Amino acid sequence: MTREEIIKTGDVVYRKPELLNDTPMHYCPGCPHGVVHKLVAEVIDEMGMRDKTIAVSPVGCSVFAYRYIDVDWEEAAHGRAPALASAIKRLWPDRLVFTYQGDGDLACIGTAETIHALNRSENITIIFINNAIYGMTGGQMAPTTLLGQKTVTCPYGREVALHGYPLKIADIAAILPGTCYVTRQTVDTVPAIRKAKAAIRKAFDYSMQGKGSNLVEIVSTCNSGWKLSPEKSFEWMRENMVPFYPLGDLKDTGKE
Amino acid sequence: MAKMHGAVVVDVERCKGCNLCVAACPQKVLELTPKTVNTKGYHYSQPVKEELCIGCASCAIVCPDGCITVYRKKEE
Repeated sequence: MTREEIIKTGDVVYRKPELLNDTPMHYCPGCPHGVVHKLVAEVIDEMGMRDKTIAVSPVGCSVFAYRYIDVDWEEAAHGRAPALASAIKRLWPDRLVFTYQGDGDLACIGTAETIHALNRSENITIIFINNAIYGMTGGQMAPTTLLGQKTVTCPYGREVALHGYPLKIADIAAILPGTCYVTRQTVDTVPAIRKAKAAIRKAFDYSMQGKGSNLVEIVSTCNSGWKLSPEKSFEWMRENMVPFYPLGDLKDTGKE
Repeated sequence: MAKMHGAVVVDVERCKGCNLCVAACPQKVLELTPKTVNTKGYHYSQPVKEELCIGCASCAIVCPDGCITVYRKKEE
């Protein structure tokens, strides 16, 4: 069987989701943002919410997320995406509303908005990409940077005495009574990507059923900021990030 | 068991040569081009051992830029 025959007569096993448009992504080669964009686009398509989704993009690497996924977007001021999403969801209760934020946006400048929106039990989903560094501005230390991790602003490694401890946002969210579903996933391998997609689907479903606020944390990499190749950065993530940010569901009260 | 044949089509201009698909392929079908580059200057991914492809779509699932389309056909 030749290649042309398979292409002509075979089934399509995988194709870029239709909601993801042809604009070339500005992300660095191997950046997990692209994978998460694909998952979000696939889930929205599968839910049939293409015309009923309003997303909020953050400030950070994913600031241009509105260019790539063809749904309605609003751009929030730095860190204020959960506040904007709360307003949108209250005005349009039948819409699927989610924010897409990185760790600099969500865990640093937007901590107050994030925690209060989650605790108010707003029916929104927050997708949180945690790569332990400020990627867009050149690899500075973030609140989620691991102890001992070297960045351009802590070249000798993060120290407790000088910089304090890394912030575990998902663990904080899990103890808030307003949250419905809090999970931590990653996108390094095919099974992990499938699990992350199921988690995003579950969070979107819960937010549409009005069960409360949902947080999906994706433990991610920043190969440019970490100065590693895409494959090596996934290895580094598995060795260093995953033990500190353990994967799995932290809270799921939507089942009852 | 019927044998599955797959075919991988890479959107060459969209590819950034991150090598994740090459690492994810269980059959080692894909490789980055050693000498040629696309208009952005990246060495892009191309199927070199096409006959080994089983159409599992691992490469397409891990591709951050959605450059890969995978086709599959059962051998009659």
